[in-house]
Amino acid sequence: MANPPGVSQQDFSAALQAFADAVGEEWVFSSDEDVALYRDAHSPFWGEENELVASAAVAPDNVEEVQQVMRIANRYQIPMFPFSTGRNLGYGGSAPALSGSVVLDLKRMNRVVEVSERNAYALVEPGVSYFDLYRYIQDHDLKLMMDVPGPGWGSPIGNALDHGGGMTPYRDHFQAHCGMEVVLANGELLRTGMGAMPGAETWQQFKYGIGPDLDGIFSQSNYGVVTKMGFWLLPEPEVVRTVSVIAPRHDDAGPLMEILSNLSYSGVIDSYFSIRSPVLHGPRNAEFDALRARGSAATAAEWDRHAASRNLKFWQASLTFYGPEELVDARWRHVRERYSAIPDIEFDDGATYRFPMTAEEREQTAEKGALGIPSLDTFTGRSAQNQDVADGHIGFFVVVPMTGEGVLDSLKVLGHEFAQSNAGVTLGTFGSFHLRTIMLVCMLRTSRTDPEQNRLTRIAYERAVNLAAEHNWGTYRTHNGFMDFVLSKYSFNDNALSRFHATLKDAVDPNGILSAGRYGIWPKSMRGSA
Amino acid sequence: MRTRVTLCSLAVAGLAVCQVSAQESVERGQQVFDVWCAPCHTTGPGNSGTVALEVRYQGTKPAALEARTDLSPDLTELFVRNGISIMPPFRKTEISDADLEALAAYLAPSADQ
Repeated sequence: MANPPGVSQQDFSAALQAFADAVGEEWVFSSDEDVALYRDAHSPFWGEENELVASAAVAPDNVEEVQQVMRIANRYQIPMFPFSTGRNLGYGGSAPALSGSVVLDLKRMNRVVEVSERNAYALVEPGVSYFDLYRYIQDHDLKLMMDVPGPGWGSPIGNALDHGGGMTPYRDHFQAHCGMEVVLANGELLRTGMGAMPGAETWQQFKYGIGPDLDGIFSQSNYGVVTKMGFWLLPEPEVVRTVSVIAPRHDDAGPLMEILSNLSYSGVIDSYFSIRSPVLHGPRNAEFDALRARGSAATAAEWDRHAASRNLKFWQASLTFYGPEELVDARWRHVRERYSAIPDIEFDDGATYRFPMTAEEREQTAEKGALGIPSLDTFTGRSAQNQDVADGHIGFFVVVPMTGEGVLDSLKVLGHEFAQSNAGVTLGTFGSFHLRTIMLVCMLRTSRTDPEQNRLTRIAYERAVNLAAEHNWGTYRTHNGFMDFVLSKYSFNDNALSRFHATLKDAVDPNGILSAGRYGIWPKSMRGSA
Repeated sequence: MRTRVTLCSLAVAGLAVCQVSAQESVERGQQVFDVWCAPCHTTGPGNSGTVALEVRYQGTKPAALEARTDLSPDLTELFVRNGISIMPPFRKTEISDADLEALAAYLAPSADQ
């Protein structure tokens, strides 16, 4: 394993002993065997010299121990890398952004501090997983629905801090948080919003408290260790209904998106929706490849003939409604009326789920995500239909305009690029994980046995990020190994954003010990040399 | 829950301490299984581990781990700490050594099988 850069063996040993004194010997891991468990199982650099690896791990049980650990790290100048549950697979997992960092494993801090059914919120520690919170809600028979991302073993705190999303009206997890507790790099404890007022009962009700809204600087950053966070929950609705709108032609993309955007901005649709093209998403054939290779020279009429030859409709938008059944009915009726202007439009009334659901119904449903039920269903492994399974993936979610052109152009441009890459990229749907936003979901394969696959993936990823930037599309999140590269695309005014990040870093973490390199933010001593 | 009888409780039937600790270990093992393994390795929709093992074994072995009779403690520990395919390794802050031992006991072949 790597040693912390710039730290003598003597200081490292002294720091590890001090960590052990603070959290207990059994919760400091420094043997090669134990530290190997912190490797990123989905790393596209697996087994190579530049794989990002830790030097050791320390796992505090409570906030006081986190404070002690940060003070020790300052004393010995040890680079620390905190994570919540370490399951941010596709974006780095439990590995640091700087090799040789000591990972601060917060998994043991797994207390559900409070869940209020009356005011529909939860206050949790970082080691609490979506599974844990769900179990708590079910065990206490609370009429509340969580919002969950794909993998349920992740942490509400970790996922929100990396701007993850789900499907319900509270699907933007960072926006749906309210109130933070943060251990700063120097070990000091901070509470944001109403939490700054000792004894306030509104910490999870009113985000802003008084003064600047600080919470955003603790997401996708390295300015503090978040040790508690509040989250708004949805009162269990009367029904959840999943429906679809199917538009037959290539040029329906424009009106499909225009109406969808307007319905979303108006609040008629207030939760996740997705768009996919049964034609452009594939499966491919020779005619499809030839058409796509011609780019904008291929006409809509040619695409429509191609779709007709394969008996495919061009677009499908999937929506979900939550609430009282009469309101859900009214919303769906309104959506159908708005779309009736598109010739030959079709509607699928989908499925309706009524609450409360029995435990068996919850277990058996294939639409767990829409119902706020955590699962690991997103990890589709080997199956009869899919024998060629990757060991892992990295995510590339591309933010594109909410327009027909945005959808059409990004699907064709990135679809063509990935097809050329031979990296086996999966092109997913466009998803609205955040308000007023759609992202094209692309998943790139990684391997723990095939370095060539990882090489192709890295090339495909970098080419796609560059190509997207040329079209003014950016990604919202990235793997540890590409953070500087992705940040470099956010370069307005001579990288003013990055320079401001650095100014903040130097002010709140002068020794530069916290998560060096995370999202391209480096301490002064490492800037320019990383 | 399936019933498991450990080697310890059969072979040293007169030693109450051993019986109790073995039974507790198996019960603990089931709890560990329910939390950490069940989301992928039971039956029902979405259990990607079970689906993958169905394809792998083609009916020669049960796909759901709790139905297996050939999972030695060493094998369980190997997969938990090393992962395989899309299954990552699990850290000791997730499944401690003691919990892994209990899990391995829970999944281990029964003495009467």
